[in-house]
Amino acid sequence: MRATVVEFLGSNCDHDMIYFSKEVLKFKTEVVWYSERDLKNPDVVFLPGGFSYGDYLRPGAMASRTPIMESVIDFAKKGGFILGVCNGFQILCESELLPGALLRNKSLTFICDYVYLKAENCDSPYTKKINKILKIPIAHGDGNYFCKKETLKELKDEGRIAFKYVSPEGNIDEKWNFNGSLESTAGILSKNKRVLGMMPHPERACEKILGSDDGKLIIESLISFAENG
Amino acid sequence: MKGRIYVFLKEEVLDPQGKAIEGALSSLGFKEVKKVRACKYFDIEFDDKDLSNPEKRLEEYAKKLLANEVIENFKVEILTKQDSK
Repeated sequence: MRATVVEFLGSNCDHDMIYFSKEVLKFKTEVVWYSERDLKNPDVVFLPGGFSYGDYLRPGAMASRTPIMESVIDFAKKGGFILGVCNGFQILCESELLPGALLRNKSLTFICDYVYLKAENCDSPYTKKINKILKIPIAHGDGNYFCKKETLKELKDEGRIAFKYVSPEGNIDEKWNFNGSLESTAGILSKNKRVLGMMPHPERACEKILGSDDGKLIIESLISFAENG
Repeated sequence: MKGRIYVFLKEEVLDPQGKAIEGALSSLGFKEVKKVRACKYFDIEFDDKDLSNPEKRLEEYAKKLLANEVIENFKVEILTKQDSK
């Protein structure tokens, strides 16, 4: 597959994402700058984590209004695959490619730790091959997912909650919902399920030596979906 | 012209920052404090000579960038009619 990683001013997980894409997944990987408009014809766009524009105003707010995001929005409209991780998820929400918003963590602290994720709907391109609880790290201060009641109902009814924070055994428990997200929501999908935003970092869990390679399963699902539907 | 845009979290949105400030005031001995909600405002100087409705223009700034209406409400006001040099 061909992937494009978008870099914004203040992205700091861009090279983790490039390594994941190029070295681990063996994708033909392009890197584009926020001020460009050409995505270079990818199958999937990766919006990496970090602190674009220093999180000024609101996390992801400024990045979502850059020239490259106009192309990303067009790409989404044409049914392109987009994965936004951490700040990438915040940018997807600010761009209205995904509903809701990421608020300050309930604890008001930055949290860097492993979390456990349960795939809620295994019919999406990103979750179809996931058959276990995933162990993936988070590192954020603003990951507390919030949306209107009606939006949450819509997300649930349409099977668009991708991941929930759970205990290592796979149970929903407020203790394991580190950031206070609405109903432990860790990741959500667009209507066509081709855009995924998630706070945990799959690219930081892509090799056993990192402590977990569960993050790979998400993109292996996508590869399998792209090849076999 | 100078305008001000206030941006504040919607009532139903949890405000952990306000909560922390509330706790801090209380621990300083201001026991009567019941609730704090944090908000922010932006003071904006702009050239209004071609604008028929500057207030509406400030609303556009808020809608396009300064407020995220999923979680925030906003209020605009005109502070000074002329450049205060």
